[in-house]
Amino acid sequence: MAWFEKSKKGLAPKEKAQIPDGLWLKCENCGEIIFRKELQKNLSICQKCRFHFRINGRDYIALLIDEGTYREFNTDLVSADPLKFKDTKRYPDRVQQAIKSTGINDAVRTGVGLLDGRKIVFVAMEFTFFGGSVGSVVGEKITQAVIRSIEGRYPLVLVSASGGMRMQEGMYSLLQMAKTTCALAQLAEAKIPYISLLTHPTTGGTTASFSMLGNVIIAEPGALIGFAGPRVIKQTIGQDLPPGFQRSEFLLQHGFIDMIVDRSQLKKTISTLLMHLTTEATPDDDSK
Amino acid sequence: MHERVALDFEKPILDLEKKIAEMKALSGTSQLGLDDEITRLEKKAGKLRSEIYSSLTRWQRVQMARHPDRPYTLDYLNRIFTDFIELHGDRSYGDDPAIICGFGTFEGVSVFVMGHQKGRGTKDNLYRNFGMPNPEGYRKARRLMQLADHFSKPIISFIDTPGAYPGLGAEERGQAEAIAGNLMAMANLRVPFIAVVLGEGGSGGALAIGIADRVLMLENSIYSVISPEGCASILYRDSSEAPRAAEAMKVTASDLKGMKLIDEVIPEPLGGAHRDPDTTAENVRKVLKKHLTELQKTPGEELCRLRRERFMKVGVWEKK
Repeated sequence: MAWFEKSKKGLAPKEKAQIPDGLWLKCENCGEIIFRKELQKNLSICQKCRFHFRINGRDYIALLIDEGTYREFNTDLVSADPLKFKDTKRYPDRVQQAIKSTGINDAVRTGVGLLDGRKIVFVAMEFTFFGGSVGSVVGEKITQAVIRSIEGRYPLVLVSASGGMRMQEGMYSLLQMAKTTCALAQLAEAKIPYISLLTHPTTGGTTASFSMLGNVIIAEPGALIGFAGPRVIKQTIGQDLPPGFQRSEFLLQHGFIDMIVDRSQLKKTISTLLMHLTTEATPDDDSK
Repeated sequence: MHERVALDFEKPILDLEKKIAEMKALSGTSQLGLDDEITRLEKKAGKLRSEIYSSLTRWQRVQMARHPDRPYTLDYLNRIFTDFIELHGDRSYGDDPAIICGFGTFEGVSVFVMGHQKGRGTKDNLYRNFGMPNPEGYRKARRLMQLADHFSKPIISFIDTPGAYPGLGAEERGQAEAIAGNLMAMANLRVPFIAVVLGEGGSGGALAIGIADRVLMLENSIYSVISPEGCASILYRDSSEAPRAAEAMKVTASDLKGMKLIDEVIPEPLGGAHRDPDTTAENVRKVLKKHLTELQKTPGEELCRLRRERFMKVGVWEKK
């Protein structure tokens, strides 16, 4: 028996506010509670702290490409299983699962479209598919996109979002770094501009190959960009990482990217850049 | 001589060899008639060796590739190159002892050589950073391979690294850009370029000096998209599952030859390169010479075109 009786009633659990699932969400950066529809209207940017939520490849197409002009190609390429790879599940089963949950066949969309009326080859990676990892299909699609750029003399704009190379395809994956780079070497020789946009997160072999090879490299604010992942570095050096380490602002400060551009300004910025890099003209005539 | 480092599966052989050596010493000093026994044991040792080394698992090969007695870049430099002159520095930040670069004479030809260098013993390993380069190492390699290209010198690279160094400073100084820039530089070379994986081909840190016209691997070397430990800690959430990861990722020279991702496997003496560095170096010399002679017949522009073509074909996929 208890010695004392409670004189007051404790805090009774109140009826929990019924919030339909997914109607609101919390900003990962500042904790602000945001109405999901509001967020979508604002290009998935937190209006309080300007944190950029991750958006998918289709969203980038909508953001940067003139409406209705995007023609995607090589959508029918799917991963094979050259190593017969199995961890706790077979690799082909994991691929099927990813296809089902994302609605695309691999971690990148490639196609042509107009950006402010200028025809470009536009490549957007999909982080939700296998962490945006690069295997044979992603490597081939990017390579084909570069070739399309060269053939049509269309500038290339590529949006990275990737954890690196896909280990389930072993060395085939690692060599996609070499493959895409060789294609980009041809693009450079053809003097066609390549603008690389780094979004959260871009790490591993992706950063260490095509992502870092843009003629101009742009990053979205606050994106994690690096070679080694933060966890690996932490383990290696045995200490915590300084705040802001490997974020866009850190890369800008150390001279590895050209600029950080807010999502709302991306289209305008890329459009102006392409104008500068492609237009040939003689000085305006003063006599007119 | 220092005590041999023995891997688990090497122990039975080393024990037997020790016994033979003891008996030999004994029979030299006495008249015990041990000769027959010695011959018998030597036969047994030979059989044991070929049994063990002809059926190594992938994980055992990983261990061979990392064997602390395994010959490193400098061991080959000393055996098959003459007039070697080491060059230093990336001209913007520093030098990196984890990558050695320089010019040397190979079979009468002046060539540019670069290679990861691991250390022997703790002190040397700290100096070499265990063969894990920082950005300045890759930029030194880039600067000098472009110099080699400028003077039309063939390039030979020796790959042997656990990977590019994942450190604070490495990220600050742009490890990713350093590697990416090297890949681009190699895609643009107009000279014959041969890469040999000597031990560990650790991911992007290995590929950063590996986009060559010929990619060769020593029999017990490995080349991998991620270390078996790294793969295991991600996929099985336990890095001690590395042997399983090595099996799944198929990291050995013969695996990669089978996938046509490399050109040739260079044989090692029975028991591995560390048992007989001289013979191993001789095997490397012969194969290098063969490929260099072939490549020198092709004009530089053509080499560059073929190199790009070769890598642009890599991959396996299906059409739905």
